[in-house]
Amino acid sequence: MTMPMESPVTFSNVGKIRWWQRGIFASQTGYVLLALAVLLVIMHFASPYFFTEGNMQNVAKNFSFIAIATLGVTFVIITGGIDLSVGSMMCFSAMITSMVMTELSTPGSPAGALFVHMGADGKTALANVPGLILLVSILAGLGVALVAGLVNGFCIAVLGLSPFVTTLGMLSIVRGLGYVVSNGRGSFPGGPDADYFYALTSGDVLGVPVPFIYLVILALAMAVVLHHTSFGRHVFALGGNEKAAELTGIPVVRVKIEVYVICALAAGLQGIIISGWLGSAPANMATSYELNVIAAAVIGGANLAGGIGGPLGAIVGCVLLEVIRNGLVLAQVSSYWQQTLVGVIIILAVLVDRIRSRMT
Amino acid sequence: MANTDAKPVLELTGIGKEFGAIRALHDVEMQVFPGEVVGLMGDNGAGKSTLVKIIAGNFRPTQGEMRFAGSAVRFNRPVDARAVGIEVVYQDLALSDNLTAAANVFLGRELKRRFGPIALLDHKAMAARALELFGELRSETRPDDLVKQMSGGQRQAVAIARTRLSNARLVMMDEPTAAISVRQVEQVLGLIHRLKEQGVAVMLISHRMPDVFAVCDRVIVMRRGEKRADKPIHQTSPEEITALITGAKEAA
Repeated sequence: MTMPMESPVTFSNVGKIRWWQRGIFASQTGYVLLALAVLLVIMHFASPYFFTEGNMQNVAKNFSFIAIATLGVTFVIITGGIDLSVGSMMCFSAMITSMVMTELSTPGSPAGALFVHMGADGKTALANVPGLILLVSILAGLGVALVAGLVNGFCIAVLGLSPFVTTLGMLSIVRGLGYVVSNGRGSFPGGPDADYFYALTSGDVLGVPVPFIYLVILALAMAVVLHHTSFGRHVFALGGNEKAAELTGIPVVRVKIEVYVICALAAGLQGIIISGWLGSAPANMATSYELNVIAAAVIGGANLAGGIGGPLGAIVGCVLLEVIRNGLVLAQVSSYWQQTLVGVIIILAVLVDRIRSRMT
Repeated sequence: MANTDAKPVLELTGIGKEFGAIRALHDVEMQVFPGEVVGLMGDNGAGKSTLVKIIAGNFRPTQGEMRFAGSAVRFNRPVDARAVGIEVVYQDLALSDNLTAAANVFLGRELKRRFGPIALLDHKAMAARALELFGELRSETRPDDLVKQMSGGQRQAVAIARTRLSNARLVMMDEPTAAISVRQVEQVLGLIHRLKEQGVAVMLISHRMPDVFAVCDRVIVMRRGEKRADKPIHQTSPEEITALITGAKEAA
């Protein structure tokens, strides 16, 4: 069925907005992207080492370590919420994953008996297909994230608690549970599947770090979900006008729970990837990462008041933070300055956007 | 004119609503017929909004029965009311500022195209249909403009276009002419006439006496949570309605 795109109405006094005044060109993401490009050029002239293959790989890997969680938190921020528990969630998921992996790889342990047995030569032998232990342990890690996300979502959407307070509580709960299960010692991925684990989390494919590949795939998926599915549309509607969303019959409670679950799962996955790179999941891992993650999202243009944000912005924010960190190192500036500078950039990014929206 | 031989599309019997100790509505009886425009008037706090919200499924009545198109209905959520054919244009218009006009028109019932297991939004079809609806409303509104950048009249058009999308049998308008220009008021009243011609029942909740007398067949006056009057428009006058609203005249 073809429908006429010609309006039967003539637009006598309603102007059309120019292409450069809409979409990405009029968004904070656009400005920050521009700033990032300028920064890259400056870095190129400031340090001959910046655009070397090794350093680029390093940058790509490092920003991927917070960017996946940033994608998740961006969902929450678009709905007008906040999730402070992402840092703890990263740690807890990573810890559960490596603990389950170690447990399942121990012959004679109750759960391990299903997966491994002691071979005739006294070595641990797989009782099942290779990779099964890895799969089960990663699912366990993501499973705890799912539960935490559901609890967050339930408290916020059903019980009506404030997202800030709920997730602040969850930050503490999850971090505490991490200490409880590990006795504060941290844990290490071990057993026959550990090599697969390292390959999947910190290896590269044709010189591209795998975390970066995951990031690109997830970001593309997020773009499609946000802009081309009704779920994505409802996420934006919720952030734009929650009351309207409710009146028009959008399942507000379900959408809210879903975004907190997505956020927790993204954080869990991120934690598992980081632990592969670190080679362990220490109990104090990713402490205060929630601040980096939220900062990256906000710098990239996600609006804490809700209704605005996207995967490109999340990634641009993360890249900007990492390039600055990397640049300061290359310029031999004390790395303690990094945090100060990040704070300045958060305020600058929001300020520029405010000035722009006042002008139009 | 309302066809009184026809069956009412909406029938309320003994509807009451309490919020804790506050009695917002008491024993409201009301019938609305297809193709009829009913004005619902009353001062602030008279119970108009509560009544609208009960019909729209936002609240459940504490007492009473509601029948729609002949069968008893109980709405738990606004979606239930919408499913049988009741649409509301809210006073604050219930629009998401950060979305486009077309997105707002289709909010909650997006058109989708299936690609195997995934259903993606059909942006083109939604924009085309929205443009058509804005055309019917004679509103200068572009489907892909953000609502944030629109005038009051354009917002109104978006909200009304939303009710036209489904083939609603009862459209309730909460103060549709309160915040728009004189020209837009004419357009909204014109639209109400067009809905009426198509056999849609319209409930107009308004403070603006001229608008009510311009389009309504019948007027219902609420005061202190009770229905005080229910008269054909040609048997009453703005003066009488004002007296009923303020309480100078108890009932008619």
